[in-house]
Amino acid sequence: MRKIKELVIEKSLLTSTLITIAITIGIVLVLAIEAFHFFREVSIVDFFTDTQWTPLFADKHYGILPLLSGTLLTSFIAISVALPIGLSISIYLSEYAPRSFRKTVKPLLELLAAVPTVVYGFFALIVVTPILQQIIPGLSGFNSLSAGFVMGIMIIPYISSISEDALHAIPNALREASFGMGATKLQTAFKVVVPAASSGIIVSIILAISRAIGETMIVAVAAGQQPRLTLDPTVPVETITAYIVQVSLGDVEHGSVEYRTIFAAGITLFAFTFLLNTLSYRIRKKYQERYE
Amino acid sequence: MNNIQKNRLKDQIFKVWGIGCTLFALILLAFFIGDILIDGIMRIDWDFIIDLPSRKPEKSGIYTALMGSIWILFLTTIIAFPIGVAAGVYLEEYSKKNRLSAILEINISNLAGVPSIIYGLLGLEVFVRIMGLGASVLAGSLTLSLLILPIIIVATREAIKAVPKSIKDASYALGASKWQTIWNQVLPASSGGILTGVILALSRAVGETAPLIVVGALAYVPFAPESPMDEFSVLPIQIFNWISRPQHGFIENAAAAIIILLLITFVMNGVAVYFRNKWQKKLK
Repeated sequence: MRKIKELVIEKSLLTSTLITIAITIGIVLVLAIEAFHFFREVSIVDFFTDTQWTPLFADKHYGILPLLSGTLLTSFIAISVALPIGLSISIYLSEYAPRSFRKTVKPLLELLAAVPTVVYGFFALIVVTPILQQIIPGLSGFNSLSAGFVMGIMIIPYISSISEDALHAIPNALREASFGMGATKLQTAFKVVVPAASSGIIVSIILAISRAIGETMIVAVAAGQQPRLTLDPTVPVETITAYIVQVSLGDVEHGSVEYRTIFAAGITLFAFTFLLNTLSYRIRKKYQERYE
Repeated sequence: MNNIQKNRLKDQIFKVWGIGCTLFALILLAFFIGDILIDGIMRIDWDFIIDLPSRKPEKSGIYTALMGSIWILFLTTIIAFPIGVAAGVYLEEYSKKNRLSAILEINISNLAGVPSIIYGLLGLEVFVRIMGLGASVLAGSLTLSLLILPIIIVATREAIKAVPKSIKDASYALGASKWQTIWNQVLPASSGGILTGVILALSRAVGETAPLIVVGALAYVPFAPESPMDEFSVLPIQIFNWISRPQHGFIENAAAAIIILLLITFVMNGVAVYFRNKWQKKLK
């Protein structure tokens, strides 16, 4: 009797675990099926080469490039802000800061990642854009600069916290050997500790990029809704995620090509983040083996 | 200046730069919260909490959105908590090291990195269309449950890992079965860590906007939901809607609603940290 009960419990726990597999299969199936229907009506060559994305206009074009460029542009700006600041913070906290300072500052920085993203959207549109407009004349009310900058602030803790963990995990013997050779803290940090923790740091950067690419509300609020193939950070653009939000807010008939565009856009986004996540997982596994 | 002095100088410069970067991030966070407080605090009064949405900013309130958020929080907890903890227990206590466990692990790590809006697309097809739930609170909660499941699973595993093996060994030595050991010893001993993870996951859910917009949550609902099948809005969507309007009064409303949302998020985070500290002390 007891054995049967144990077995039933084990199987029901296993079922709960298998739900996670079902989620992944569900995501892939939903995106693939709707995208398949989409590509029966829109040529896949046009999708990747057309430089216009206007499914909601009378003259319809289905080129993903403008949405992709908007996504990559805002993500690039975000990483340019978050990488130097986040990395400097992690090195400072791990190698220079007193223990008590580190213990108070780290959770405070992590609050940056706990703030709901729609709040950052408000900040980008209402506060940062007007300030930037005084410095850069001709900056439009919606732009990728302000959205990217604020997104960069949001992902600082992803880089600073995970990198700091990686730096902190490096055995002290390595540092002492370097100090013993007469190196300064700075030389030790950049020539010994950072290279030794490089895989952990790279993982943190990949995670931050993946987070930036999938970020929705900041760009939906502050970057605009005009798909545009450009690298100019001062004009309105539209990201893949912002487009999905735009269509979801409107009245688009289920089963229409317009409806399916959000799945075609979604599968492109999913492919990008999936590649990045798999890459970071691989690196993380390798790194664990080395230090455990 | 010789080389040693140069290197010492560089060292000092980097130290100042490091402090500068840290302070820059913290000051921005403070500036940002301060700015929102200035914009919105005067708008908050009891009427703002209990008023229905309206076309006039000064008459609008957050009642329906707040009730929507509470419904979402409640249902998401009921759905995600048991499944997430069960999966965490299975992976930590039952799963053997084989291909299935490797696949499960890489899969959960991948799910944690899927953008939230993709979960929205999944929810739209599966819950709203195929299961026919419509743009209901239930469909929204199911979608958010899937979103936070990986967070709860990872937190549960970490918490179980921290339980000393001696506790389990003692239980087995007294003749307890595997499940009796888990239920009576492992889960109580790891409850603090699990609770922390669940609260953090829920604080993430309460701030989510994009997946719920995709699922079909409305920017304007005249009434608070009364059953899981009702249409709904949530605080972040209400904020998004107000930001998108040109009149200044709505910006003030958005700032006021942000204060309420941040209050909820920060309190949840604070409670989570409190539980974690208490639990870690107990474990030692």
